[in-house]
Amino acid sequence: MKVGVFICHCGNNIAGTVDVARVAEETRKIPGVAYAINYMYTCSEPGQDQIKDAIKKYDLDRIVVAACSPRMHELTFRRTVEKAGLNRYYFEMANIREHCSWIGEDRELNTNKAMEAVRAAVAKVMQDKPLYSSSFAVNKRVLVIGGGVAGMQAALDCADGGHEVVLVEKSPSVGGMMARLDKTFPTIDCSICILGPKMVDVAQHDLIKLYAYSEVEEVKGYVGNYQIKIRKKATYVDWTKCTGCGECMEKCPSKDAYDSFNFGVAPTKAINIPFPQAIPKKAKIDPTYCRQFTKGKCGVCAKICPTKAINYEMEDEIVTEEVGAIVVASGYGLLDIEKMGEYGGGRYPDVITAIQYERLLNASGPTSGHIVRPSDHEEPKTVVFVSCCGSRDKSIGVPYCSNFCCMYIAKQAILTKDHMPDSQSYVFYMDIRSPGKGYDEFTRRAQEEYGTKYIRGRVSRIFPKGKKMVVRGADTLLGTTVEIEADLVVLANAVTAAPGAPQLAEKLHISYDTNAFYVESHPKLRPVETNTSGVFLAGCAQGPKDIPASVGQGSAAAAKVLSMLSKDFLENDPAIAQVNQNACVGCLKCVKTCPFQAIVEEELRGGKVVAKVIQTVCAGCGVCTSTCPCGAIQLQHFTDNQLLAEVNALCLS
Amino acid sequence: MADKDYAYYPGCSLEGTGSAYDASIRLVMQALGVEVKEPHDWSCCGSTPAHAVDHLLAGALAARNLVLVQKMGLKGVSAPCPSCFSALKTAHYRMAKSKAFKDEVNELLDVPYEGTVDVRSTLQFIYENIGVEEVARPVKLALPNMKVAPYYGCILNRPPEIAQFDDPENPVSMDNLISAVGVEVVDYAFKMECCGAAFGVPRKDMVNKLTHKVLSMAIEAGANCIAVACPLCQQNLDLRQAQVNAAMGSSFNIPVLYFSQIMGLTYGFTPKELGIDKGVVDPGNLIETGPIVPKEVEKPKKTKAAAKEAS
Amino acid sequence: MPELAGKELRIVGFLCNWCSYGGADTAGVGRFKQPTDLRIIRVPCSGRIDPLFVVKALINGADGVLVSGCHPRDCHYSDGNYYARRRLEMLKQFLPFMGIDGKRFHYTWVSASEGQRWQKVVTDFTRQVHGIGPLHEKKEAAK
Repeated sequence: MKVGVFICHCGNNIAGTVDVARVAEETRKIPGVAYAINYMYTCSEPGQDQIKDAIKKYDLDRIVVAACSPRMHELTFRRTVEKAGLNRYYFEMANIREHCSWIGEDRELNTNKAMEAVRAAVAKVMQDKPLYSSSFAVNKRVLVIGGGVAGMQAALDCADGGHEVVLVEKSPSVGGMMARLDKTFPTIDCSICILGPKMVDVAQHDLIKLYAYSEVEEVKGYVGNYQIKIRKKATYVDWTKCTGCGECMEKCPSKDAYDSFNFGVAPTKAINIPFPQAIPKKAKIDPTYCRQFTKGKCGVCAKICPTKAINYEMEDEIVTEEVGAIVVASGYGLLDIEKMGEYGGGRYPDVITAIQYERLLNASGPTSGHIVRPSDHEEPKTVVFVSCCGSRDKSIGVPYCSNFCCMYIAKQAILTKDHMPDSQSYVFYMDIRSPGKGYDEFTRRAQEEYGTKYIRGRVSRIFPKGKKMVVRGADTLLGTTVEIEADLVVLANAVTAAPGAPQLAEKLHISYDTNAFYVESHPKLRPVETNTSGVFLAGCAQGPKDIPASVGQGSAAAAKVLSMLSKDFLENDPAIAQVNQNACVGCLKCVKTCPFQAIVEEELRGGKVVAKVIQTVCAGCGVCTSTCPCGAIQLQHFTDNQLLAEVNALCLS
Repeated sequence: MADKDYAYYPGCSLEGTGSAYDASIRLVMQALGVEVKEPHDWSCCGSTPAHAVDHLLAGALAARNLVLVQKMGLKGVSAPCPSCFSALKTAHYRMAKSKAFKDEVNELLDVPYEGTVDVRSTLQFIYENIGVEEVARPVKLALPNMKVAPYYGCILNRPPEIAQFDDPENPVSMDNLISAVGVEVVDYAFKMECCGAAFGVPRKDMVNKLTHKVLSMAIEAGANCIAVACPLCQQNLDLRQAQVNAAMGSSFNIPVLYFSQIMGLTYGFTPKELGIDKGVVDPGNLIETGPIVPKEVEKPKKTKAAAKEAS
Repeated sequence: MPELAGKELRIVGFLCNWCSYGGADTAGVGRFKQPTDLRIIRVPCSGRIDPLFVVKALINGADGVLVSGCHPRDCHYSDGNYYARRRLEMLKQFLPFMGIDGKRFHYTWVSASEGQRWQKVVTDFTRQVHGIGPLHEKKEAAK
């Protein structure tokens, strides 16, 4: 056995705090190591060539690279050794950057740590066995979760690429947050005018199957072969019969239902179609307000419906769909402004959120685009916008910037002036964050052309004074406190993860960060992939972003799906469990513990019962291996012997 | 229901300018059947001057009193004055958080403080340990003329990580207590606006402005009386009203009562017993009591809705 | 390494690839300084960790063993960490019967985004093990 070890300087990243030459020197003393050298950038092309050359020149059959995290470059180097004719599993990495040079300050201790890391990797690589992938067929259908602009874009791109798409949307209509907006920055085009056609495309595309008012209940399977259970929530209206005529909504006597589409700006009916452009344009009953449900009698809609579509007995329905790839575009939520006690959020009717204001501005909103104060329905003359309402505030639990508030505030200020030329808008801001094409020009226009007064400072308190709301804050540029008597106050409340985001992540086995936004595979180089192969991200589910970025990510996720589905077969990772039938005693404990039902019982010719791994289903966790009482089932590449070799290399030396 | 076996730490103000607060609390506790246990030989809590000069000494002054409570074997202590409450609780909090600080403070004490005493303001004690239901029980009389703006001041529930009581931005405990004894409460936006505190002496001009705001907002909110839970707030709002009027050209004449005095009135104690005569602004007919009128049940509305549905 | 005797103790960490190994990477990327005693062994899932590995490490020369996986409910393999939690809790209870201070072993959960938490876990555990001191000197002396 001839092990070659390559120790990377990573410029100064490793060599700065680790004596790499000494690591190489000590490594040469390890039995089995035939070659060890340090090099500036092992991952560079000459660095990889150096490995290939050494393999040939010194007849090396095992390779160790001591460099960055294997999560970064393991695949790169596996390909390198493969190109030089070795099995790609005859390779190990020692992490001497993230786990060593970057976190320790003492050069001597770091060097020693690096040497031990190399020693463990050498011990492991000497136990490695060659492994070979097998291929399996791919289901070419795609599941898209979330019918906002990002999800619709991903669905359309995948469908245009020729794949069947299952689009699951939680609310009764696709469109997401963008469907609620009046205009979009920085061009002031009408939001629904540019989104509406996309929504229609989704509805009419032959390859898109839309499940509105549905949620993903369960996800089973693995990349290329997922089984998805979808809960179609009861709408109490048979959508195959409903024509969307709206007769029921007109006649419904229950007028105080909460309108989640309008964020409660005005009440709606207990049976309603969320908005005129809704896709699908179907009615749905809200049983918390419907008199048939609350009082047990009414039945007006059932009587009036021309197609007899109402069905009060309807129950949730579970359907199963099989897909090969999943795009998660489940969107975002908004901070509850009641958390901002000092702003009187939730207590004063004339302190509203920006999305509520957007509904007031919207021509198809509850006020037909007339801006009125919720308290007395009078037109406000002075409007104060408060940015960073919760955002960038650790005490509220939102340490991050919500990304697009600065821009929509400028837009809303401009629209306010358009709607009411004699009005005056004020904006309290921390910083104006407008890094985008045409964005900074836009915020300047709000100030210079539309006379919006920008006040740099935080608001400390909002309180009522007669019919006015007094906004008291700091003007940090003038170094004084200011009080503005406003008719209406608009809070740019922080963007949060969508409600239920962690639960969905758990179903999908993807990770989420402390703020419950989904974590991408690499923040720069793999921004739409997750660490679970076959699951991709788009839109605000991954973090707050504006419409262009969401659309871009939707298309990017679709591109990743299309490239994956361009293959008829995928190769599995051969690092999966394998049963030694001679050692297996047939206790079948592994069958019970396998989280993926990847192990089944098999009867051999002689009648002996043993465990058998279904290769394509095994995900390679190794729970079975630590369950097996006789070491008969071994997770390849992480066998007991391989891990104990590492333990011993670290402990016995 | 939390434990009612708490010590009562009156503090210096309640022996002087705030004696009416002390008297009214003792009467209210008596009506509620809660024994007032004053630690023997209690000393200065340290208040503002101590922590402005030396954190260690401030901690020790407060902790000495906590040790007295510890010796009494009680679960906690309530302090009516927010400044005392803040001093005691801050010392407790800092000692719990830093072992080094705890050791340093204990070095100065005869008996070390174990960190077991639960510190509450008396308002919190009444609100949480006794509860609004119990508080409503002894009510005998109504105060039909009174519309109260509850004023909490700055440190009853702030900083929130130390005070651990009520909403730091929109507290409701006093509102709920006063409502519980059947007195009308108005929604008051300046519940915790600064009254000027101890700056009444060195910066009269500033306190005049601040107090003016607090008072005018109460009147704007429709109140004819302000309820407080702090002797210093009471002093600034009540004693300085004439001074504010002179400086700001206003004509306030709004009485400022302790919440405990309002509770005491509904329990049937006389204004004199409760020390209401010690206030500067005369409450006049506001403290006239009357028989309890049972609250109107909102029946007409219901029948209307029912009628509408039937039609 | 004999030359470093006195400066460092030997601590072995078993980290799941998806969460904690990533969390340790995140800590590195953030340059969150940590004591250098820890040597990390990467496993796919905390459910792969046989309690025997921990015992072997302690018997063969480690002074402490740290195990970290994905937070419960957030396992990349859906419930591998639940198996880990049961096994490792059992092991923790059992170590004193083998004459090993239970404080030499710690298992916890760190996600891939929790670099700072990882720093704290490593720092605290290293301090804890240093507090007890080396496990194997005594053995040498007894020989």
